Amino acid sequence: MSTSAPTHRVIQTGDSRSFPEAHPLIERASASGEVLVLAGAGAGRAYAEVAGKAAYVAILIELGTECLGVHTGESRGDEGSNVLGFARFRLGDAKPSDLVEIVRQPNTAPAALAAAQALFEASGLKTAVCADFPGRIIDRLVRPYYNAALGRLDAKLATAADMDLTLRLGLGYPQGPIELLEGTGLAAHHDVTAALHEALGDPAYAPARRAQVAKARQLKGRA
Amino acid sequence: MTDKITIGVAGSGTMGTGIAIVAARGGFPTLIYDIDQARAEAAVGQMKAFFAKSVQRGKLTQEQVDEIMGRVAATSDIAAMAPCGLVIEAIFEELEVKGKLFSALDAVCGPQTLFASNTSTLSITEIAARSGRDDRFVGMHFCLPAQLMKLVEMSPGINTSPESFEAAWKICEEMGQRPVKTQDAPGFILNYFLVPFNNDAIRLVEEGVAEPAEIDKAIKGALGYAMGPMELLDLVGLDTQVLLCEALYGVTNEPRAACPPLLRRMVAARRLGRKTKRGFLNYETAAIFGA
Repeated sequence: MSTSAPTHRVIQTGDSRSFPEAHPLIERASASGEVLVLAGAGAGRAYAEVAGKAAYVAILIELGTECLGVHTGESRGDEGSNVLGFARFRLGDAKPSDLVEIVRQPNTAPAALAAAQALFEASGLKTAVCADFPGRIIDRLVRPYYNAALGRLDAKLATAADMDLTLRLGLGYPQGPIELLEGTGLAAHHDVTAALHEALGDPAYAPARRAQVAKARQLKGRA
Repeated sequence: MTDKITIGVAGSGTMGTGIAIVAARGGFPTLIYDIDQARAEAAVGQMKAFFAKSVQRGKLTQEQVDEIMGRVAATSDIAAMAPCGLVIEAIFEELEVKGKLFSALDAVCGPQTLFASNTSTLSITEIAARSGRDDRFVGMHFCLPAQLMKLVEMSPGINTSPESFEAAWKICEEMGQRPVKTQDAPGFILNYFLVPFNNDAIRLVEEGVAEPAEIDKAIKGALGYAMGPMELLDLVGLDTQVLLCEALYGVTNEPRAACPPLLRRMVAARRLGRKTKRGFLNYETAAIFGA
């Protein structure tokens, strides 16, 4: 991506999972710009109220677990405009990673996509582009793996320590699945995977027993 | 002179050669067995080439390599395996073929000899049942490339005696490896997780969720993995992934382990990964990763 970074404006719409703390992308925003970033839990709602949408090269809506089409509408597989979704990948309570998933639609304007990539990358972030599906890339891949690890732990395939060690030594992963989930919150894993299970209907996403227990304890205030 | 047992390695392919390197480097007299003498000797040649690189990189001296290679021999005569204290099998992943090999080894080896299988997907208990000594049989799954990876997944079969498992575990550690204990379950730990994970990545491509390079960027950027799943699949070989799927799905019926249709089409189109320069990604050369 060699396009120079566009100017941008940020509208904060409540707590943002992507930018919970100060970040160059937020700090360098101006009162107006070529790209409009709608950050926070209310980004989708705020989008509906944006005036002069076509004047922006790109409008970026922060997504939770929902699809971009929820905010833009869809049309026979031909949808797409200057609007993209985005989310910095983040596991539970951990800090957001430097990876931003940019969500495009079939007919997203190439200039809008290029501007989004340039903006995030100029702010020190990495990007990966995906189509508008539940779970995008990373959650779609890691949640069944985490569920399987929790299930295998229950089945006593190996101890938690040996399972983590095996995946670290055998595949070079920085952390094994059990330690990763313990560190970032099993209840948070429950929430994401339950949403994906509902959206995709695939049993691989059904929250594992240990995640259900953690969620139940959280609801009882025992987390 | 050494008081260490002789380790026999049955099978002289990539895994067998790697395991032989580990055993000989760990100070064990090492005997490579293959039904084809030329293949067994070729494995010795590959070991020499590997250790020559170790000398070049300053990891070992030539004297050390001479000593290590002085402990190595190759044979196509199964009777020559009689003195082995442990035989590690690393041949084709087929139960009947492995069973016949162990049955033949059982006829020539003494009662004290431990048997181990490097299988990555078959049941240790089922192989052990064909060995004639299921109480002295363990799973020892080395990771590829065995000569560089410390991890060994060790699994007892149902009838494996605790003493045999403990003895094999100790030998594994003496070879300089890091054993972890797993149940005798399909895929053990690594392949149980990795094969479906990689299949899921293929399905994302199949469904148009993202391009292969974007999937790798996302996984590496978000999780700090050294390689993305598409790069890893291309390195392992897409034909090998098909075999892994068939083996794992065949014993688990786990939907995520089933071979994705796109993977079969890629193999049919001879897009096998790095070795054919085209897989999910394109490569300038077919050179081995990291070489």
